[in-house]
Amino acid sequence: MSEDKKRNDYENLPIILDKKLGVPIWSDVRELKLKYKMPLGKIKGFFTALSEEKILATRCPKCERTFFPPQVDCPYCRINDLDWIEVPKEGILETYTIITIKPTTFQHYEDYVLAIASFENNVKILTWLKIDDKDKIKIGMKVKLTVSKRLPEGYYIYELTP
Amino acid sequence: MRDVAILGIGHSKFGKRTDVNFLELGWEAIKEALEDSGVSQEKIDFVAVSNFGLWSSEPSPVAPLLEYAGLNPTEAIRVEAACASGSAAVKAAYMAVASGSADIALALGIEKMHESGTGDVVELLARIGNYFWEFENFGPTFVGYYALYANRYMHDFGAREEDLAKIAVKNHYYGFYNPKAQFRKKITLEDVMSSPYIAWPLKLYDCSPITDGSAAVILASEDIAKKYTDSPVWIKAIEGATATSNLSKRENFISIPSAIEAAKRAYKKAKIDLEKPYKYIDVAEVHDCFTIAEIIAYEDLGFAKRGEGFKLAREEQTYIGGSIPVNLSGGLKSKGHPIATTGVSMIVELTKQLLQRVEPERQAPINNGLALAHNVGGTGHYVFVSILSLEK
Ligand SMILES: [Zn+2]
Repeated sequence: MSEDKKRNDYENLPIILDKKLGVPIWSDVRELKLKYKMPLGKIKGFFTALSEEKILATRCPKCERTFFPPQVDCPYCRINDLDWIEVPKEGILETYTIITIKPTTFQHYEDYVLAIASFENNVKILTWLKIDDKDKIKIGMKVKLTVSKRLPEGYYIYELTP
Repeated sequence: MRDVAILGIGHSKFGKRTDVNFLELGWEAIKEALEDSGVSQEKIDFVAVSNFGLWSSEPSPVAPLLEYAGLNPTEAIRVEAACASGSAAVKAAYMAVASGSADIALALGIEKMHESGTGDVVELLARIGNYFWEFENFGPTFVGYYALYANRYMHDFGAREEDLAKIAVKNHYYGFYNPKAQFRKKITLEDVMSSPYIAWPLKLYDCSPITDGSAAVILASEDIAKKYTDSPVWIKAIEGATATSNLSKRENFISIPSAIEAAKRAYKKAKIDLEKPYKYIDVAEVHDCFTIAEIIAYEDLGFAKRGEGFKLAREEQTYIGGSIPVNLSGGLKSKGHPIATTGVSMIVELTKQLLQRVEPERQAPINNGLALAHNVGGTGHYVFVSILSLEK
């Protein structure tokens, strides 16, 4: 069967042909857009502190465990309303990578450095490392935890700088 | 608890399977497992399906699959443990038989990743972990997560990108001989080293591909198994463990704590010496979603000391004839990695290895009759280690 005949067979149908195998594929006529709404009420303190350039963790007053990401419940002591503490600004770079092939919803950013840094109180944070010369990144180097504006969206988020 | 035997296995061709739809793909593995075991549908008491889905159109795949395969009204569930979903399905079927709840149970892993575009698949895989605190604002990718491990591992132990590349070369070498593999092409160190970076230091050829595929196993209790076969393979252990969803909460970035724990539990159950497990195990399938993952697996499983896994790769100790042959199926790297199918596929492969039913070029010598599967979900969020045996 010729290519033209194949095309004729599927006229007026939402059918495309696989580029390699030439087999027919139904191309969905229903398209779903997913955008989640995630409640933050109990940890709103973290987000109000961001605008003051502070990164907060929580600490259990009983067992003194620190939680980052912040959570209001200590599952070990089964108490809630943990104390808020500030994460120190200076940390150590534990590891990093450069994301070249990006997820669909991150395609509009330049290649970014994904990094994990460690801080006092047994806190580690995964975020972006903003640096002009990527060749200068070294595991074990000192890094600063800062708050900056994520563009083009224009919202405040934490990141690392040298 | 009752002993559990593998009665039959089925495995579809892996790859970009646009020649079949979701249900046809599932039936390929189920049909083969039914024929291999000699069991008919009405004898099956319980079905566990693993399917990560999201990229494929059926949101609740169990019902359409059972209808298509003539399996109604059998009791059935779906399980999810990211890339370890397949092992979770085998575990569910195993538990059903071991507990006496079912005499015969089927575990099916199925994934049809090519129903969505590559960018969306990359995104959905990246969302495994902690969605809000890690994905939402920082866009890690699955390969990115493992690149964080690779970078730190290389930094701490002096491993080189060439050492990682040797894993890809080995797995492609064996995948070449596996007719069910997605890539049946031998590659060179140069091919790997010259491939583009996806997430530095990991390159395209360090990564497993996007794959469609299905695999099935039929399990039975001892007395039932004896009626159907003279050569059952026994599940001596299938033990799982978990680790934090936030990668930032891990102790270190050179080992997978849940893999160490799952291995410990499986070795204990199968009575294998924790110090030198490779002396007992004839062949292993380990979760090489990325080359670094296979090297860390060597260490987490006790095949090598901490920091020395890359030397096994460098010295080619995991080819047939080395200290322990690993991923003779081609591994996730060359056979392909249909997310929720992989765990079941490993059990299928090792059953064939133990029964000496694989292609001669990739058949491990079977001396002790023991095989090991190591299946990691996400970046160690879930891990299952299974031990199969020719002896009960
Ligand atoms: Zn506490």
